Amino acid sequence: MKDKSMSNILFFGQLKERLGCANTQLELQYPSSVAQVKLLLQQRGELWQQLLADGRVLSAINQTMATDDTEINSGDEIAFFPPVTGG
Amino acid sequence: MISVQHQDFNQGDEYHALTQDANSEGAVVTFVGLVRDINQGNTVKELTLEHYPGMTEKSLKTIVQQAKQRWSLGKVRVIHRIGRLKLSDQIVFVGVTSRHREAAFSACQFIMDYLKNQAPFWKKETTSDGEAWVDFNEKDQLAIQRWQE
Repeated sequence: MKDKSMSNILFFGQLKERLGCANTQLELQYPSSVAQVKLLLQQRGELWQQLLADGRVLSAINQTMATDDTEINSGDEIAFFPPVTGG
Repeated sequence: MISVQHQDFNQGDEYHALTQDANSEGAVVTFVGLVRDINQGNTVKELTLEHYPGMTEKSLKTIVQQAKQRWSLGKVRVIHRIGRLKLSDQIVFVGVTSRHREAAFSACQFIMDYLKNQAPFWKKETTSDGEAWVDFNEKDQLAIQRWQE
């Protein structure tokens, strides 16, 4: 049987502001992937669809930059954010 | 050493710490980034810096490690401020020591180039028209290409 549980997803910067939330819970089947999480979040409505389908959105798994095919397992920290603008 | 902090820093103190007991280091290169008045065509009054606690420190640590693998360095100091900043406030400090100047110059630039592309900070500007998030600058992405050749 596949492992299934709730994952916490964090948002930062303009993405957090436009979605109107800093974090959300999502039920995932593991192993999952960044691409899969993005698709599930996009089902939440037009705004989510528009913002998360944007190819510029970056992701991090366990605080390390990730790509669409990065694997996600139970307990991993998932985050989405716009391109960084520090310095 | 890496610090992500609200409070300001003093370049003199940082220089002093970098050069203390550094008998074999012949070069110190420091960089300070400031809040400037015009950015992407807007007149900036104030800046708010948001970050991803935990990942920011991790990402800066990785960048410093990569610089240390590439060049023979003495001390490396990185400070990045967060929160509300005013015009001409200091945002970032990078200080590098090495035996010879080439490594110190290159490593300082390398750290800044990667920080701009990979460290999870986001700037929001307050202009006369209101607040706006700063757009990612393509120029910054091109800047790291020179280290990948």
